[in-house]
Amino acid sequence: MDLYEYQGKQYFARFGVPTSSGEAADTVAEAVAAADRIGYPVVLKAQVQVGGRGKAGGVKLAANREEAELHAGNILGLDIKGHVTKRLWIEKATDIAREYYVSFTLDRAAKVYLCLVSARGGIDIEEVAATAPDSIARLHIDPLVGLDRAAAAAQVAAAELDEEAREEAADTLVALYRCFVEGDADLVEVNPLVLTTEGHVLALDAKVTLDDDAGFRHPEWTEFVDFGDVDVRERLAKEKGLNYIGLDGSVGIIANGAGLAMSTLDVVNQVGGSAANFLDIGGGANADVMANALEVINTDPKVRAILVNIFGGIVRCDEVARGILTALGRVALASPIVLRLDGTNAAEAHRIIEEAHSDSIVTELTMISAAKAAVEIAASAA
Amino acid sequence: MSIFVDENTRVVVQGLTGSQGRFHGLRNRAYGTKVVAGVTPGKGGQDVEGIPVYDTVEAAVAAEGADASFVVVPPRAAPDAILQAAAAGIRLIVCITEHIPAKDEAYVAALLRRDFGRTRLIGPNCPGVISPGKCNIGITSGDIALPGGPVGIVSRSGTLTYQALHELSQQGVGQTTCVGIGGDPVPGTTFVDVLQAFQADPETLAVMMIGEIGGDGEERAADYIKAEMTKPVVAYVAGVTAPEGRKMGHAGAIVSGSRGTAKAKIEALEAAGVIVAPNPTEAGELMVKVVESLDDGRAAASPRQ
Repeated sequence: MDLYEYQGKQYFARFGVPTSSGEAADTVAEAVAAADRIGYPVVLKAQVQVGGRGKAGGVKLAANREEAELHAGNILGLDIKGHVTKRLWIEKATDIAREYYVSFTLDRAAKVYLCLVSARGGIDIEEVAATAPDSIARLHIDPLVGLDRAAAAAQVAAAELDEEAREEAADTLVALYRCFVEGDADLVEVNPLVLTTEGHVLALDAKVTLDDDAGFRHPEWTEFVDFGDVDVRERLAKEKGLNYIGLDGSVGIIANGAGLAMSTLDVVNQVGGSAANFLDIGGGANADVMANALEVINTDPKVRAILVNIFGGIVRCDEVARGILTALGRVALASPIVLRLDGTNAAEAHRIIEEAHSDSIVTELTMISAAKAAVEIAASAA
Repeated sequence: MSIFVDENTRVVVQGLTGSQGRFHGLRNRAYGTKVVAGVTPGKGGQDVEGIPVYDTVEAAVAAEGADASFVVVPPRAAPDAILQAAAAGIRLIVCITEHIPAKDEAYVAALLRRDFGRTRLIGPNCPGVISPGKCNIGITSGDIALPGGPVGIVSRSGTLTYQALHELSQQGVGQTTCVGIGGDPVPGTTFVDVLQAFQADPETLAVMMIGEIGGDGEERAADYIKAEMTKPVVAYVAGVTAPEGRKMGHAGAIVSGSRGTAKAKIEALEAAGVIVAPNPTEAGELMVKVVESLDDGRAAASPRQ
């Protein structure tokens, strides 16, 4: 789960990471009231999960109430790379002396944690990584050892942060590490971490990705529920426990297993079509799961054909075939199904489908022939 | 020969009395695997269709001589189960459990590295390991595997692993061992680990590798193949057209650069001399050709032993 900046800052605060105080607002009136309470000058920041919001006009400084009202009206509803701004974060303006970069993440290959710190934050850090990799200090952290104050101090020194920032930056690093580990975050990133003109260190931005698998030990995460920035079908699929991502094409995809679903997208693309979605129904494929998946895809007006690609290993193909027929009895489909069933008991499954004489199912034997058939149907129906 | 497991492997199933553990444990036994014990704390003394259950792995090892473990327990219990098996001296642990928190996986990996250097963990979140005709630990259907080699399979994805087995078996090409390493952030066993084992195994003559987007395991595999591997490798990488997830932050890009995309993986593998197929079916067909050419070469060079 990716947190919005304001949620990330609220999460930081639990672990003692210094941030600028602020409030969230969904309307111009709320924004002005919040700005009045915080005290001018304030910064109004669009809460969208996409980079480049500053350049798009999503971050503005307001010296007084009139400016706050003007900027709030302009930013709310602003489309930033396809993300419409529905919420603002308003915080006390900070006088910035220097901007740094800090992140904690997992180094998959080394199987340890990685802490990156750079004195050249604020600007495009990926550019810095590409052109001046030595200006980013990299520290591997063994999960059994952790990050203590001395190691944090050594790391900010290695990154050559300004002398006057090092004490508080080291404290902040230790707090961010706790947020990363105890907070079960996959990513904690601050860009920029700033040194203020008064000589204090603050997290001016917050990118936090929580590990959904650790949700069982974080009942407090329920407060981070989304406020409507999610696709309707993605929401519907999530409620039904399905792994769905909406795309732009006309061939609806249902497959069992993420790898096979990805592979199905690849094959549809290879034969000149385009997928309307990614949908992984998991290793099993019973009638309930299939009906749920078909329901989700059936609400997508772009879909002209549905490609169902199932490999039966332990789940037998004949069970899957019966499940699909049961599901068809429950869902009135707007588009035909092209079905590819392979694996255990595939021949029996094809006999079951054939005997059902359903005019909404076409069966194919291979992934490629099934993809071709689905793409042809989608093209002729367009 | 096979890698990691063979007909003498003695398996303890941690979680045998649960519904998943019972289902897969009994399937593995029906395949011919020596499933010698189960472990469920508090249920020692019971049995599951004749398989004795113990309270601890240590007791199962002492009584039944188990040397491999199959971990089928919920995500909250899995880290302790893995560490308990390692502490009991188990050399091979296969964990199929999904949704273990990444921090727990990193902690387990660190402890195994520090204290149990000789224990191999496969998974978590993997289909397991099967050496056709000898031993099957995990959730792979034995019906789709064909004994006799000469192909070794290593895969990050579950259903694509089955697809690969099936494509080869249908064409009459057998497998020495098929290892599903799983797609979690901290896999116990990596592509390189498995490739090294296949390279060292005299009966494995070619390797099929199934990768997918994310991480840089495939790129590291390419580095290894280029430097060390003499056996032919056919690969498929899923996700060429996969939607990009919402990208949060820059740390991942700074660490991996352009690594991680399907394109980067395919280019790295091709540069290492790997035959890369655009889909799993063609990967199977290409492997059949590779095996045919091996047979020709072998027939010319020396008779089969």
